Amino acid sequence: MAAIDESLTTFNCQPVALADVPVVSCEDFAEWLANDLDSNSSGLSALFGVPATQHSVRLYAVTNHLMTGRLCVMATDVGERYASLTRNVSQAHWFEREIAEQWGVVPAGHPWLKPIRFHHSYVRGRDAWGRTDDEEILPCVQPDGTDYFKVRGEEIHEVAVGPVHAGVIEPGHFRFQCHGENVFSLEIELGFQHRGIERSLVGGPTKRTLHYIETAAGDTTTGHATAYCQLLEGLAGTEAPLRAQAIRCLALEFERLANHTGDLGGLATDVGFLPTASFCGRIRGDWLNATALMCGNRFGRSLVRPGGTRWDLNDGLVEELAKRTAAAFEDVSGAARLMWDVPTAMARFENCGTVSRDVADGLGLVGTAGRACGIDRDARRDFPSGMYRFAQIPVSVWHTGDVFARAYVRWLEIQRSARFLREQLRALPIGGVQRDLGPLRPSALTISLTEGWRGEICHVAITDEAGGFAHYKIVDPSFHNWIGLAMALRNQEISDFPVNNKSFNLSYCGHDL
Amino acid sequence: MFDSLSIHSVLHVLTVLLFPPLLLGVINRTKAMFGGRRGRPLLQTYFDLAKLLRKESVFSETTTWVFRFGPVVGLATALVAAMVVPLGHASAPLAFNGDVILFAYVLSLGRFFTMTAALDTGSAFEGMGAAREATFACLAEPVLFLGLLVLSRISSSLEMNALLGDAVARGWHASAAPLLLVAVCWFVVLLVENCRIPFDDPNTHLELTMIHEVMVLDHSGPAFGMIIYGAAIKLFVFVAMIVNLVLPFRTGNSLLDWIVFLLGTLFVAVLVGTVESVMARLKMAEIPKLLIGAGVVSLFAVILLLSYP
Repeated sequence: MAAIDESLTTFNCQPVALADVPVVSCEDFAEWLANDLDSNSSGLSALFGVPATQHSVRLYAVTNHLMTGRLCVMATDVGERYASLTRNVSQAHWFEREIAEQWGVVPAGHPWLKPIRFHHSYVRGRDAWGRTDDEEILPCVQPDGTDYFKVRGEEIHEVAVGPVHAGVIEPGHFRFQCHGENVFSLEIELGFQHRGIERSLVGGPTKRTLHYIETAAGDTTTGHATAYCQLLEGLAGTEAPLRAQAIRCLALEFERLANHTGDLGGLATDVGFLPTASFCGRIRGDWLNATALMCGNRFGRSLVRPGGTRWDLNDGLVEELAKRTAAAFEDVSGAARLMWDVPTAMARFENCGTVSRDVADGLGLVGTAGRACGIDRDARRDFPSGMYRFAQIPVSVWHTGDVFARAYVRWLEIQRSARFLREQLRALPIGGVQRDLGPLRPSALTISLTEGWRGEICHVAITDEAGGFAHYKIVDPSFHNWIGLAMALRNQEISDFPVNNKSFNLSYCGHDL
Repeated sequence: MFDSLSIHSVLHVLTVLLFPPLLLGVINRTKAMFGGRRGRPLLQTYFDLAKLLRKESVFSETTTWVFRFGPVVGLATALVAAMVVPLGHASAPLAFNGDVILFAYVLSLGRFFTMTAALDTGSAFEGMGAAREATFACLAEPVLFLGLLVLSRISSSLEMNALLGDAVARGWHASAAPLLLVAVCWFVVLLVENCRIPFDDPNTHLELTMIHEVMVLDHSGPAFGMIIYGAAIKLFVFVAMIVNLVLPFRTGNSLLDWIVFLLGTLFVAVLVGTVESVMARLKMAEIPKLLIGAGVVSLFAVILLLSYP
C-alpha cells in the first residue's frame, strides 16, 4: 500500500505543478497502477504518453477514487518497449494501443496490440509495427503481424459490417465471427473519423480551440465544452460566476435529456415498436429546441465559454424553458411507459446483450453502460464541479447489465434530470455570467472530469513555461465503452446487434478525435 | 353466362395488376396514425414504382443470370398465384382440378429464385437473409397446406375456386371452429410470408435484422421495382385468401360483391398495420416457435374437422 502514497493527489480542475508529479520506474508504475485500481471504487480516467526526450516517452496515468473524490497522478519514462500494463490492469488495454500508435512505443505482452485510429506515429521514424513514414496507412488495413480475430471451422462464417453504417450515421467497421445466427466474437475497428484534434490543440488555447472541443463529439458539445472551460478556469485560478455555472448545468441536462430520449426512441425503432419510436424522435427535438432557446444552437454550440457562458437567460426565457421542460417530460413519460408496458418489446430487451458486473469492472465501463451493470459511478456526484456541488442528482443504477438495464437507466436519468431542471429553473442564482480569465498557470497539470450524457469525460492539460498547452488529452466515454459493446455481443444473435449498439450508442468521432 | 364470366376475368386481372400497391399504402397510413404522424401518401407505392421503372438497373459484375432472373420469376410467380385465387366471389381466370398444388408451389418457386439470386451476390448479409427465409418458409408452408386441407375436405375439391368459394359459407355453418383456427393461422402465414412485424420489419434499415429485405439489397431500378410490385401482389393474394375465408357470403349483386371484397382486403390491411403498431418484432430465435405453434393449431383444426360426423 506504500506505493499509493507516492502518487500525486489532486482534485477535479485543481492544477498541480508538473514537477511534483512523481516519475517512477516502469515496474513501480505498473505495481502502483495495479494496486490503485484494485477496488470497485476507483477507475482509470486517462493513460497517455507525452514526449520526454528524443528517445523516451513519459506515460502519465490518472486514476480516480470515488469515495474521496481524489484524482491520483503518476508518471514513468519508457523507451521503445516496456512491459505491458494490460496484463495486470485490463482497463489499460485500449489506452496502451493508443500510446503504441501515437508514440511508436511497444507495450510488450499486450494481448491484442493493434492500431486504433490508423494514422502515422507522431515520432518520425518510429512505429510500433515497423511501418515506414512514407507508407500509406488506410483505416482498417492491418499492419503486418496483426489481423482480425478469427474463429475457424467448417460452419463458421464471418460477417463484415460497415464502414458505411446502414443508417448512414458515422463510419465504423464491425467483424462478426458467427455460427449460424450466433455470434462468437465481435471485433470493432474505428478510426475513420480521426481528425487529429488533440495534436492541433497543442500550443493553444487559441481562438479555434473551443470550436475543436465543441466538435470533438458533436452530440456532447456541452459536455466537452464544459470540461474544457472548467479546466481552463482551474488553470487560471478562477471560477465562472455561479449563474453561469447553473446555466452550464442546465445545458448539460438538456443535452442528456435530448440524447436519452432519442436513444429510447432508437431502441424502440430497432425492435420495431413504432409508437415510442415516432414519439421520441419528436420529443428529442423538443429538448434540442430548448437548448436552441438558450444559445441559438440546437446542440448547444457557443453557449459555454471559458470564464462563464456566452449568453444569459432573462426571466421570460427561464419561464419558457420551465414550461417546455414540463411539457416535454410529460410526453417522454408517456412514450416510455408505453414501451415498458408492451411485453414483446420487453422480451427483446431483457437478457439481451448482458455484460456481467465482473467484465464491466475489468474493462472500466463508464456512464450509462457502466451504471446498467450496477457500477455506482457518476462524476456529477463523485467529482462534482459547477452547480453539481450544490444541487445533487441521485445516481441511477440498475443491476441486470442487459439492453433493458441500459434503457432503464436512461429512463431513470431522464426523470432525475427533469426534476433537476425544474428545481434549477425555479431558483437560478443571480449575477453576471462572464468573468475574465487571467493568465494560465505555467508548467502545470490539470484534470477536468465532467459527466456527459454518455459518461465520464476526462480532459487533461499540461502547460508549458508560457502557460500554453504542451499537451492536451481528451478521453471521451466512448473510448472506455466500445469494448463493452464487443463483449455484450458474445453468444448473442447477430440480429440483436443493432439493438445492442443503440443501447450503448457510442460516439465514433469522440473516440477517433 | 359467358359475358359475365369474361367481365369478371377482366375485373380480376385489373384488380391484381392495379390494386395491390394500395394495400401497402393503407398499412403505412395505419402505422403512421398509431405513431401520431400523418404518414406518406396512400399512393406512395405507385409513385415509387413509377420512379424505379424510370431508373437504370445496376448489376454487380460478380453476379450471373441467376441474379437477374430473381425479380422476374418473383413477379411472374406472384402473378400466376394471383390468377388462381378467386376474387370478389367470382371464379378465378385460371382454374383446374388440383390448382391448389400449383398455387402453393408457384409461390415456392418464386421464393427459390429470390433466394438463389441473393446467394448469387456472394454477400454475407444476403446469404444470412436467404438462410432465414428458407428456415421460416419451411415452417410456414405446413400451416398453409393444413389450412388448404381443411378447406378441401369441407368442399371436397382440390380446386381453389371451390375451396374458397361457396363451400366456405356452408363450412361456417357446419364446422366453424376449424375454419376460425385456419383463419387465424393464415393471418400468421400472411405476416411471415410478407415480412411484416412481428416476423420481419419492412421499414428497418438494419441489414443484420432483415429477412426478406436483405435478400434484395443489391437490386436496383426496374428490377427492384419488380420485387416491390411482386411483393405487393403476394401480399394481396394472402389478404384475398383470408377475405374469402372470413367474408364468404354473397349479396346477390356481383358488383356489390366486388366492393365488399375490396373493402375486406383494405380492412385486413388495417389489421396488419395495427398489429405492426402495437407490438415489437420477435427475437429471431422465437420466430420458429411461433410458426410451429401455428402449425400445431392448424393440425388441430384438421383433427377437429375429422372428428365431426
